[in-house]
Formats: sequence, C-alpha cells, structure tokens
Amino acid sequence: MTTSKKINTLLSAGALALASTSTMAQDMSITVTNLTQGLHFTPLLTSAHTSDNKMFMSGEAATAELQMMAEGGDISGLASMLTNADANNNENPAAGLLAPGMSTTYTLTNDSGNTHLSMVTMILPSNDGFVGLDRWEIPTEAGTYTINLNAYDAGTEANNELRGSGAPGMPGMPVPPPLDASYGMNGTGITDTESNTMVHIHRGSIGDDMADGGKSDVDNSIHRWLNPVAKLTVTIQ
Amino acid sequence: MFTFSLKKNTTIIIAATLLLTLSACGDSDDTAETPAPVPAPAPAPETPAEYTYAVTVTNLTYAQPLSPLGVILHAESKMWVTGEVSSVALEVLAEGGDNSDFIADSNALAAISSDGVILPGSAGMVEISTTDRNATYFTVATMLVNTNDAFSGLTGIDISEMTLDDSKSWNLNVYDSGTEANSELMGTIPGPVDGGTGFDAIRDDVDFVAYHSGVVSQDDGLSNSVLTQAHRFDNPAIKLTITRTK
Repeated sequence: MTTSKKINTLLSAGALALASTSTMAQDMSITVTNLTQGLHFTPLLTSAHTSDNKMFMSGEAATAELQMMAEGGDISGLASMLTNADANNNENPAAGLLAPGMSTTYTLTNDSGNTHLSMVTMILPSNDGFVGLDRWEIPTEAGTYTINLNAYDAGTEANNELRGSGAPGMPGMPVPPPLDASYGMNGTGITDTESNTMVHIHRGSIGDDMADGGKSDVDNSIHRWLNPVAKLTVTIQ
Repeated sequence: MFTFSLKKNTTIIIAATLLLTLSACGDSDDTAETPAPVPAPAPAPETPAEYTYAVTVTNLTYAQPLSPLGVILHAESKMWVTGEVSSVALEVLAEGGDNSDFIADSNALAAISSDGVILPGSAGMVEISTTDRNATYFTVATMLVNTNDAFSGLTGIDISEMTLDDSKSWNLNVYDSGTEANSELMGTIPGPVDGGTGFDAIRDDVDFVAYHSGVVSQDDGLSNSVLTQAHRFDNPAIKLTITRTK
C-alpha cells in the first residue's frame, strides 16, 4: 500500500516532467470502418514507426513486402520489416476478412520516437489494390481524429480482373473461399499490362454484368467503388 | 508559466477549430484530419429566444437532380450509421426522394423540407428555426434521383457552438441506403430519366448503409441499365453550407 502510494507520487512527478515533451508513449484506440457495400479487406497491418520508415509512398515503386500484401493480403513481410525497425505493430485485428460495412477496433501503444502511423489492407476483389494510410503524424494532443482513406494500386500487377493467384508476381486475383460465389468466372481479361509501376491512386475496377464470361470476373454492380473506401478513427488518450 | 500554457491551449483550440472547418472541405484526401470537438465553452449568458439556420446545398453533379432537402434539428443522435440497417423513413427518402416520413421523425425538435428539386449546377436553400435549446444537432438528407437508392447528406452534426453569422461547409460523399439493388433497370429509378417506382418496401440489397459505388450505366457495361454516361457521379456530389442567421 505504502509502496504503491510512493509509486503514484513518482508517477505523478514523472507525468509532470513529461507533460511538456512530445515524445512520450501514447495509447491509441483505433477503429477502421469498411465504408463500401461490396469490397472485403484482408487482414490489416497498422504500425507506429519513426518518421523515416514507411509502408508505401505514392509515386514510388512498391517494395517486395508491399507487393506481398497488395497482391495476396500477406502482411508478414511488412510486419517483420517494421518490427526490425523497432516499430509498434497491430496485425489482423479483425481476425480475418473485414466485411463490407463492418468495423474493427483495436489498441496500439507507440514507443517514444514512433511518431507516425501507417496502415494497409488489400482490397478484394482486386489484383493489387489496397487501402492505405501513409505516415500520418500522430498528434500530441489528446482527442479523436478521423481520416478518410483512399484505394491505391501497388503498380505491381496488371489489373486483368480475373480469378488467379495471390502469390507475388503471379497474375490474377486471389479468391478466398468465402468470396468464391461473388466472383464471376471465365472472363477474357481487362488488360494484361501494368505500365504505371509506381504506387498510385487506383483507377477503380471495370467489371462486367456477366457471371460467366465477359471481360472481367468482377461484378460491375457490386465490386466497383468510389473513394474514400475506409475510415480510420484514432482516439488518443 | 500557468498563464502561458493557458494561452497556448487557447491557441491550440482556435487552431483546431480552424482545422476542423478547413479539413471538412477536403474530406476525400487521406491526410484530412478532424480533431475531436473541443471542450464547449460556457454558454453565453444572453442567448436569443430563437435560433435560425440557413442550409444551402449546391448540386455538384452532371445530371443527378437532388430531391427536396429534409432538414432536422435534434438532440445528439444519428439518423443513419455506416454498416447499420436503414430506417424505413430513410429508405423512403433514398429510394423515392420523398422526405415526408424522414422529417416526421419523433426525435425531430424542428424539421423542414426545401421547396423543390435542386438541379445539377444549381443551389437550393432552406431556413430552419427553433426556440428549443436542446436542438443543437442537425441532419440533412437528399436523394440523387436518377439512381436506385443513392442519397447524400450529413447527420448528427453538433452546431451548439455556432454563433451568429458563423458558417460551416462540407463537400459530401454519396451513400447507398442498401435497401434496393442497384439494378438501374427501367421502372426502378424515380428520377426524370425513367419516371419509375420510388419506394418499394422489399429489401433486395445488402441492407446496411455505406458509401455508394457509383452508377455503372448502359455506356459502361451494364447492358440493361436505363442510365447513361450522363448519370455517373463521383465524390463529392454536393456542397453543404450551414449558416446561423439568428
């Protein structure tokens, strides 16, 4: 009892001493909402990291780790890359796919120095589309902050919009079993080239209105989108 | 020291308020941020008996007339939430452009409809007044009528700190009520392109509200669509301004 009182006193003094600095650890409660009615998101990766680290950047080529995530939803590469850089990660908070209209809430505590927040998740169906937050500077003021997120294209795979593989470098879109029935089949393909190989804002899917055949295995009434596609809300204690 | 930090905080609060106003206009950028509402200052000792707000909506689309605005003042609540089921009143508005049930909501402390349709490239304005000091939140909704069930608007916005002549603006995205499949079929679109059925109680879509994926149209691969390239839209679709005038 006496000990904990002393600790409290010490903590109070410590809190006062730290109050004037902006580098103390922060406890964040984060909610990501899938704003669409027809897209699924693969396991999310959220990371608080130093200002000179990142997951992706528009206008730059994707890393191999980003490509794994954007083409197949595999966040392990990005997660270990950031862990090796002493980042604070949250992986797969929804324990699987984040369905249309659904939200997932999780906590993340950043070490001092990990001043920037990034988040990625792959869009299904897509060849290499992902939702991204790129190096958002974590405010030092307590409060609730809302950020609308756009869809990016990793620039690593042609948007053929056909059933295929989630492995890096392999053509086509991954088809997780729960989504199998919502995809079309036997399309001829929208395009087999990807001339912009830099990360860029996704131009959206074309799709078609044929469950069997046509150009695309994407349904044009269900799987298109307009930005923003996700909302990230951060509450800083 | 204490005085200094108090001043600093005040500056931060003002900066945050400015940021809130500015960032609301650029909502689609992923760097836009909306700080939490700052702590409310003590209410002014002399509050007027009547509060009046002018709500102006500019139609930013190419060929999507907007149904008459439904505007409501209420206590803290939201009239739709992303991921949740639409009320029947919102369904009636989103499928048919009829806001009568929507503005008759039992939580409404004041409600009004604007007079007519707001055509593309034009703006519509309506004033709403109340003497109820609990009417500190506002909601507005309007249908994009050449669609199955697209609507735009804002809900549950805190206006308690607006002083006389204060003005706030937003560029707003388009929602889908999730209550009617986006078939774009002849006979299902109430707007002038089709003159089809508006509200239908059958729910044949995902049955939750979220953002709209845009119309496809007969010119872009939906062969049975009654819509053409002219009816396509993007976010944002409307600009909304609220000004306290009394």
